[in-house]
Amino acid sequence: MSQHQPLNRRVITPPFLVLGVLFLIAVYYLGVRFVNGMGFVTNLNGGYAWGLWVVYDIVIGTALACGGYALAVVVYVANKGKYHPLLRPALLASLLGYALGGIGAFIDMGRWWQFYNILLPWHMNFNAVMLEVGLCVAAYILVLFIEFSPVVLERFGARNLRQKLNKVLFFFIALGVLLPTMHQSSLGSMLIAMGHKVHPLWQTLYLQPLLAVLTAFTMGFAVVVFEASLSSVGFGRPAETPLLSGLGKAIVGLIAVYLVFRLGEVVVQGKLGLLFAGDLGSLLFLLETALFIYPLVVLLSPAARCNSRLLLWSAVSMLFAGSLYRLNAFLITYNPGPGYSYFPSVPEIMVTVGLVALEVMVFLYVVKRFPVLHREERR
Amino acid sequence: MTENDYDFSALERRLGVSRRTFLKFCTGVAASLGLSTNAAMAMAQAVADPKRRPPVIWLHGQECTGPTEALLRSEQPTLEHLLLDLISLDYHQTLDTGAGHQVEEIKKLVMQQNRGKYLLVIEGAIPVKDNGIYCKIAGETMLDLTHEAAEHAAAIVAYGSCASWGGVQAAAPNPTGAKGAPQVLEGKTVVTIPGCPPNPANFIGTVLYFVTYGKLPPIDELGRPKWAYGRLIHENCYRRPHFDAGRFAAEFGDKGHREGWCLYKMGCKGPETYNNCPSLEFNNLGGGVWPIGVGHPCFGCSEGGVGFNKPMFALADVKTHTPPNMFPAIEERQESSSATAAAAALVGVAVGAALGASTMAAKKLSEQEKKQE
Repeated sequence: MSQHQPLNRRVITPPFLVLGVLFLIAVYYLGVRFVNGMGFVTNLNGGYAWGLWVVYDIVIGTALACGGYALAVVVYVANKGKYHPLLRPALLASLLGYALGGIGAFIDMGRWWQFYNILLPWHMNFNAVMLEVGLCVAAYILVLFIEFSPVVLERFGARNLRQKLNKVLFFFIALGVLLPTMHQSSLGSMLIAMGHKVHPLWQTLYLQPLLAVLTAFTMGFAVVVFEASLSSVGFGRPAETPLLSGLGKAIVGLIAVYLVFRLGEVVVQGKLGLLFAGDLGSLLFLLETALFIYPLVVLLSPAARCNSRLLLWSAVSMLFAGSLYRLNAFLITYNPGPGYSYFPSVPEIMVTVGLVALEVMVFLYVVKRFPVLHREERR
Repeated sequence: MTENDYDFSALERRLGVSRRTFLKFCTGVAASLGLSTNAAMAMAQAVADPKRRPPVIWLHGQECTGPTEALLRSEQPTLEHLLLDLISLDYHQTLDTGAGHQVEEIKKLVMQQNRGKYLLVIEGAIPVKDNGIYCKIAGETMLDLTHEAAEHAAAIVAYGSCASWGGVQAAAPNPTGAKGAPQVLEGKTVVTIPGCPPNPANFIGTVLYFVTYGKLPPIDELGRPKWAYGRLIHENCYRRPHFDAGRFAAEFGDKGHREGWCLYKMGCKGPETYNNCPSLEFNNLGGGVWPIGVGHPCFGCSEGGVGFNKPMFALADVKTHTPPNMFPAIEERQESSSATAAAAALVGVAVGAALGASTMAAKKLSEQEKKQE
């Protein structure tokens, strides 16, 4: 018998309906976008070709969806089986987050009907960091689905197929560790390609991939803590604090490594003065760094790691830190030339909000109908 | 003897340059013509073989002798030696030792003896108004002299903007009816090397090609060698990225000008002038020695209808290249959107909702913990 079980509760609840309304608003604006074009609904312009849809849905969204990646490394690479109960919901959140990223890329594509060309080898531009990201993310969505498919097969009782799948699953798990490492670092490399348009505090020509993959990895752990905490509150299940405190330890180590590289780069490159310039860039850098340091300081103490409230706040701080890091580099301090400005329009924001709402709705539906959450342990 | 062990010792003595310097020069010329190193060797041999020196008749019309001066002042130490060694310059009003009717007779003699074999170089515009009486040499009009010399020339090269399309003389109101050689010699093939002054490298390259292969290099419909005038200055200009990115100097000495931005808004004619200045620069000095390189907009000196015709600081017509539409449009910057109140409020709501949900969850979590204890 499986260790996982569906929650078997009502799917249609008041919060679910509110999310549904948000999603319908997004559908309306997406309709306008596909009928009248991007210029109709977005504030994108010649200088800011990438707006909220790319920076939130893809760059931040896929980093938030790194829970499956981070846990897969812990459970399968580091062989820490005790974290296995957290894996399925994390995989589900990853699958949904990456699917959102894929949808985000598609709706942000000016000539979306050319989309299939990325899959045709003779149309590929092998010098493009975007190709790497595009193919890798597409492949990873498939891999995530295969990693998650035991849940679906369990639900429909396809025992035979599941056993066959189990024999080859190790291959996809390995891919599931490799692919995010590749494209999460490539998402950082995109900043290299943007050159001087990126603020000097966020531009580093050789550490960009490392910083991107480190923060994505840390955000992966943080999102697992966040999602597990919210699940236990929302579904009234016992808190998973003992398990999560172990992840807290990993977060501390990763943030420490990240900060050494991040601040070290600023010092070595002689950019320390920019930090205290008192302008928007320096303030945002300080805010961002403070958000990174908060979980580091809090989770350093073993007592705080076992406090579910502090654990949650640390995770939230980490998620904001990683998101702000990406927002700062890609949008807020990004300077494409004099005269340009960008702030997402209401339709842009509503589309992103609606897609996140869809993500949450699907998550709620799947955990209530499919064996995703771990069976409650009697204590 | 194969091409590679050709003996250049005689040439070394004659020109006073080392074989290495000489071959490097020929390779450079071949490269700027877009030819291979084999062509460089062929050119070197053509120069080394004195039997093939073609006689040259060099006419001067309405002009300032700028093209000749540019040629003689080329930094390349051997350039004028090379040229004078390469060809048999039998008539050139500036460089002739003799003077008066004596040289005129020699010219007539040379043209008679070398019917159909000599190279005719024309420098300066040719006035045609009132039967061409506004420019006379030894009592004959430039118009007549040009027709006479062109009659039996093996090839005709118009050197400089004046000879190519009239230059400053042909600018309005053009009181003498000045014209370029191709317009006067209708029906004849005239290679034009426009420029004010023209780049001597373009002349040397064309002449070396002629001496080596016995024919003219490929030319466009205005008679310009394609290897030198095939592309707009705009296409190879190293300030081009600034154009594409919309970074323009607006006046001399402003921020953009000091930073080396595009000079288009200051009236640079690079977008409508065909020449190879960005790649060869001028007089082999290097270091950005050409108008755009030193921070002045291109004047369009080599382009008929542009130089001496358009006002110096008037905007050029961007002929072939408007930036691809994937480049940021420069005119829409001021309209680019900033935050609306509603959008800012929505962002605030979204961040607030995330923080609020976290607060509620944290509160409930600690309550749960307390209960367990």
